[in-house]
Amino acid sequence: MKNTILTIKQQQRIAPDTCEMVLQAAGTDAAVLEEVRPGQFINIKIDGFYLRRPISICDWDAAAGTITIIYKTVGQGTEAMSRMTAGQELDILWPLGNGYDLGCLPQRPLLIGGGAGVPPMYGLCRKLAEAGARPQVILGFRSAADVFYQEKFQALGARVLITTEDGSAGIRGFVTDAMAALGTGSAAALEPGSAEEHANESAYDGVFACGPEPMLRAVDQNAPAEIPGQMSFEERMGCGFGACMGCSCETKYGAKRICKDGPVLERSEIIW
Amino acid sequence: MVADMKTSLCGIELDNPVMAASGTFGYGLEFAEIYDINILGSFSFKGTTPQPRFGNPTPRIADCTEGMLNSVGLQNPGVDAVIAEELPALAKVFHKPVMANVCGGSPADYAEVAEKLDQCSQVGWMEVNISCPNVKSGGMAFGTDPGAAAEVISAVRRVTRKPVIAKLSPNVTDIAEIARACEAAGADGLTAINTLLGMRIDLKTRQPILANTMGGFSGPAVFPVALRAVWQISRAVDLPVIGCGGICSAENVLEMMMAGAAAVQVGSANLTVPTACRDIIGDLPGAMEKYGIRSLKELRVR
Repeated sequence: MKNTILTIKQQQRIAPDTCEMVLQAAGTDAAVLEEVRPGQFINIKIDGFYLRRPISICDWDAAAGTITIIYKTVGQGTEAMSRMTAGQELDILWPLGNGYDLGCLPQRPLLIGGGAGVPPMYGLCRKLAEAGARPQVILGFRSAADVFYQEKFQALGARVLITTEDGSAGIRGFVTDAMAALGTGSAAALEPGSAEEHANESAYDGVFACGPEPMLRAVDQNAPAEIPGQMSFEERMGCGFGACMGCSCETKYGAKRICKDGPVLERSEIIW
Repeated sequence: MVADMKTSLCGIELDNPVMAASGTFGYGLEFAEIYDINILGSFSFKGTTPQPRFGNPTPRIADCTEGMLNSVGLQNPGVDAVIAEELPALAKVFHKPVMANVCGGSPADYAEVAEKLDQCSQVGWMEVNISCPNVKSGGMAFGTDPGAAAEVISAVRRVTRKPVIAKLSPNVTDIAEIARACEAAGADGLTAINTLLGMRIDLKTRQPILANTMGGFSGPAVFPVALRAVWQISRAVDLPVIGCGGICSAENVLEMMMAGAAAVQVGSANLTVPTACRDIIGDLPGAMEKYGIRSLKELRVR
């Protein structure tokens, strides 16, 4: 973990309550980017607020020294962040958390992101694609206006299914409705690709998910029991680096700190 | 002028008066990854109970103006695991006496933890936590009643020869009365203060943010309350007092010691600025020079 000052390179609103911020690391600070893993997060000090705000890492470019975060403006801290502009500096702790374990790469990974859980799926998707996989991605949003990054996932070579709760884009319903649609032919009708290409879609051999806990639970219930999976959890944090025990959760292997031992937990250790 | 940061606490010399407060520093290992924690005067490790505890349900953290709430509820692996795993791991990175933070639900619980930790040569002091606001039985229930406070301190006093330090709650009408009860029961020192009982409500859900409804408030906002408590206590008893509450600068350290503190503990600042203790210790000589202070031992306002 390093404590670094990063400069905002650019910030833009990509959905009504969703901002994308690109941060620039100067000089040797950029070396931290060499060790970033998908699913990790940064903890940001915001002027006027006492506790830092933990935000997941969406993407990073070690050569350029940049890191991209996408966050929802859900409270006063993130609202204040959304008003910041290029050139301003941010005091951050990074990289934090364990991130997704890519030690045992699935051949046909299924990535599922819901709302604020979409951003870490992008960095994961890139790493999986670079390793030769062609991920199937399901992204869940409230409505069409909230959708972001669909094309960016597709540009990585991933097949992308969108779900919206009101049906204004993609499949009406939740990410689990898209899981059910995989391999039934209905998914094929929603995106380019031959029927053969979609024939074995339900035969994914690993599932990665990030989103609200009810979504994670539903994904777990809908995925075949024998499929390994990794899920990223959210919790209110004090420090973000394992000192305060504020964000602990019980697992089959004892108490774990979401910020330090997580946020990614193996599907097999989660107690629902 | 060479600043003399040395001080002593219950007969044990400290290189400087800055300690990290219990519950904000784990068992030291997370911070040892960031800086050499041997620069600390010492630190008080995570509150330890006879049996492992998960603590309260989450959410158990809430942000506040110049502070935070926590309702962790003494999550710890239990005293046996602390002795078998945490202290040996700490011995590799920290070579000074550490302060043990002793908790329980009954005087017998406190005595059990203290008796076991008494066998550990690493432990320099027993800090008896009679002030945690986040547990149903014990904790603050002992620290808000002079008789109950004395009972716990006596129980610990009987099982250890190490200095016994009572960590006091600010959630009382007269903190000096509790301090005197602890002194009479055999305490060798006092830590003041633990967190203030507080709460927040989420405007969107109209529900308390903390799953446990209430929690302990800490951070820079409580510094004046802690300073006042140290002032009152140090005039009521003849024991060294560790000033704790909202300290986040070398100036805060000097102010706390002027109020009567023999040493200080830095708490929440460790969570927002991981190098807070290192930074404060680094700034201390400059702050002493600025205010013409040669030795911290002579700082207390009479």
